[in-house]
Amino acid sequence: MNVLERQQEAGLATPTPIINDFSLVVATANGTGSQTANLTLLRSFFKLGIPVHGKNIFPSNIQGLPTWYHIRVSHEGYIARKPSEILVAFNPATAHEDLQELPSGGVCIYNADLKNLPQRNDITYYPVPVGELIAGIDVPVKRKPYIANMAYVGVVAWMLGVSLEVVEEALGAQFDYRPKLVESNMQVVRRAHTWATENLHKQDPFRLEPMNQTEGLVIMTGNEAGALGAVFGGVSVAAWYPITPSTSFMDALREFLPKLRKDENGHPTYTVIQAEDELAAAGIVMGAGWAGARALTATSGPGISLMAEFVSYGYFTEIPAVIWDIQRVGPSTGLPTRTSQGDVAFAYTLGHGDTKHPILFPSSIEECFEFGWKSLDLAEQLQTPVFVLSDLDLGMNNWMGQPFEYPNQPMQRGKVLNAEELEALGGFARYKDVDGDGIPYRTLPGTPHPLAAYFTRGSGHNEQAQYSERADDWARNMARLARKFETARNLVPAPAIDHHPSAKVGLIAYGTTRYAIEEARDRLASQLPTSFLRLRALPINQQVRDFVAAHERVYVIELNHDGQMCGILRAEMPDYAARIHSIAYLDGLPLTARWVQERLLQAEANA
Amino acid sequence: MENLNPASTIKLNAVGLSKKDYDGSPSTLCKGCGHNSIASQIVQIAFELNLQPHQIIKLSGIGCSSKSPAYFLGMSHGFNALHGRMPSVATGALLANHTLKAIGVSGDGDTGSIGMGQFKHLMRRNVRMVYIVENNGVYGLTKGQFSATAEEGLELKYAGHNEFPPVDLCMEAIIAGCGFVARSFAGDAKQVRELLKAALSHRGTALLDIISPCVAFNNEDDSPKSYGYGTKHEQPLHELGFIPYAEEIAIEPLQPGEFRTVRLHDGSLISLRNLDHDYDPTNKLAALERLQRAQETGEFITGLIYYNPERPSLAEVEELNTPLSRLSTEQLRPSQAALQQFLQSYR
Repeated sequence: MNVLERQQEAGLATPTPIINDFSLVVATANGTGSQTANLTLLRSFFKLGIPVHGKNIFPSNIQGLPTWYHIRVSHEGYIARKPSEILVAFNPATAHEDLQELPSGGVCIYNADLKNLPQRNDITYYPVPVGELIAGIDVPVKRKPYIANMAYVGVVAWMLGVSLEVVEEALGAQFDYRPKLVESNMQVVRRAHTWATENLHKQDPFRLEPMNQTEGLVIMTGNEAGALGAVFGGVSVAAWYPITPSTSFMDALREFLPKLRKDENGHPTYTVIQAEDELAAAGIVMGAGWAGARALTATSGPGISLMAEFVSYGYFTEIPAVIWDIQRVGPSTGLPTRTSQGDVAFAYTLGHGDTKHPILFPSSIEECFEFGWKSLDLAEQLQTPVFVLSDLDLGMNNWMGQPFEYPNQPMQRGKVLNAEELEALGGFARYKDVDGDGIPYRTLPGTPHPLAAYFTRGSGHNEQAQYSERADDWARNMARLARKFETARNLVPAPAIDHHPSAKVGLIAYGTTRYAIEEARDRLASQLPTSFLRLRALPINQQVRDFVAAHERVYVIELNHDGQMCGILRAEMPDYAARIHSIAYLDGLPLTARWVQERLLQAEANA
Repeated sequence: MENLNPASTIKLNAVGLSKKDYDGSPSTLCKGCGHNSIASQIVQIAFELNLQPHQIIKLSGIGCSSKSPAYFLGMSHGFNALHGRMPSVATGALLANHTLKAIGVSGDGDTGSIGMGQFKHLMRRNVRMVYIVENNGVYGLTKGQFSATAEEGLELKYAGHNEFPPVDLCMEAIIAGCGFVARSFAGDAKQVRELLKAALSHRGTALLDIISPCVAFNNEDDSPKSYGYGTKHEQPLHELGFIPYAEEIAIEPLQPGEFRTVRLHDGSLISLRNLDHDYDPTNKLAALERLQRAQETGEFITGLIYYNPERPSLAEVEELNTPLSRLSTEQLRPSQAALQQFLQSYR
């Protein structure tokens, strides 16, 4: 039950103000430029110091299909998706349904041009006379629809008590402080605000009041944060084929690299290639990693499918590579603009034959940045493809975060022998386990020593990298690769654990589902205390085993249908499989705390 | 480099290596396979051109042809990639280190079928490398299916009758923007060598489509990719001579109309004896027309079919300077102050 419902149940005729704790949804048609207006609202709330998060629920379409932008503010800091109490109805195609979904006591701000809007007597309506408000504004005709969205910004600001100075500052950031653009947009905001002040009577309880909870924080998308992490991780070759929702990762990379990565003579210390498909993107990354570059690609599920053959190759020939998978809903084309955690099982063992890969799971922009550089280190340390599994929700939406910490360790380039070392050693065997950690030594093409060269092949090979079909060579090599994977367990980021001393129930999750789970845990604190382990990577380490061992029941909560991580954890810990249970769901939308709460109570009732 | 052959009787080249130093492992291909002959020519020219093995990478896809990089230049890094995917791997490797010389070996199946997309995009990007297609019109490793370059109407024991027209890889390369397109015959060792040398000097991708008869599955004399057919129907466009830039050689006076000398971008020269009257390898349309005509008459023309050194290579387009693989940590990771400053605009 939300605040509003509680108040209505208590029979409050004039609801007491609801301050800094509600959700707002803006419903528009795709391609009408509403994103600028929505981000202006988001940034305004952020500048007021109130914890805020925005989620764009958009269609796979360039123009015309419905899109919704959800903004949640929470003085408690909760940012998971939550049904909205306030609707900005600007899309005639969905207005009817959007209105039905409003809870009693909600607010509907609507474009006054909308005809036949259903009338509910349990919500407050505020019209926005868009045509009137944009009349006479000096902008080209084709920009009129964009400007029109600023009208709801003005009315929302009025309704929530946001000052126009704050809106103007937020708007400025949206337009790179270009005066003409800022002014023409601001003109509409002001007019709408004035109109609302003069013509509307505030009847709803929702208000914003300044806080100091966002001071010093940054606001950024996960894709931007990941790309920035890669820039600081020394990525030098990036190749990709455009696919939603990974495209903005590469866009960010191509924007940031020229700003941050020129050498003393102005030459780029990177290159970014748009490949002809994901097969080629993976091939370019493999070739570059083999030859000594720090190489990455970013893609999504369908791209991962195409990269499977090269990932199998990279695992077996031991080539460093980083693959960002910004997950969307599959199978097949699926819901290409909706979020999911559906590639976990596929990515973990991607490839034909016995393959397994380290996977990092960022849950925040801070972790996107951290894993951005760390994944490049891990790939070279382990000489293998490393996945970073983000998702559309994290990748494409704006999130608050602490300013990123500069990498806290020197760049790890792994076991690479140079000419002097080769001379001292008298040569090397490419696939020999010298140190007992399963990780062999390699050389880079161009190393000026007659013993530097070796032959990389996807076919069977012995320790000297020579072609071999011998049974013992094959078995020994695969055993070493398995040993290397054991080494990876303690090299990848350790889980984040919140241990509750008296909890019998443990929760395991990864990535962005944490926000709904953290909120649900707080709400259940007295009724059902739980411990929480957030996986930050696969393969798991001993801490995960210990966590499972310490709880009677463990629920693995995830955003896919089949409980993919649950399956992996059961297989990793067969002795504990019976106590590991799945709570999994996927409909294209991020989880809500309420859903997690209900499903947990239900599961416990049946336990 | 250290002299690996102290015995003074062995002839050494200018970088102190013997021809044997350019050998690879013993070939596991069939005896008499045209591919082995091409491998020998690569060994020969690498020795003659005084190439440093560590500055060469050799790459391939999958198939009989693609096995062959193991059989030459044993002191060079090799990369036997996936079927049809050598171009992307080469692209990545040469972006990581654009100062390396790359020799790619592919086959007609590897290039003309499964790898057609990557082949054409490699040409489009003009990645600087020698791309050899050992073309026999047949899938050898899987025992004799037709490849996409097999002639229409060809009869083979295993595959039967070929119903489809052939893909002409030289035409495909020209259309895709390749600036060095040559065809040769594995049995014509001298021409293969001269073309290889010139290709190594080219600024971008250099395609050598070398008809390399399959002794096991496609060597009936009436098959255009057999030895018998090759020796009978080969029509050299020119007689070639290659002069590396570094060597000082007195060029014999050329007879007007008899020779066309083409200067490669690094200054070295290739001279063509123009056997085919009026043939101009710098004319794109003429090159395509000549290839089309040869296909219609069942001949294969050999020599440098098309040459255009104007397009910059991918590394030039990307403005690469210090090889990316050699950058220091300091060059790869911006400073802490840079991070703090950058984040300002996201507050």
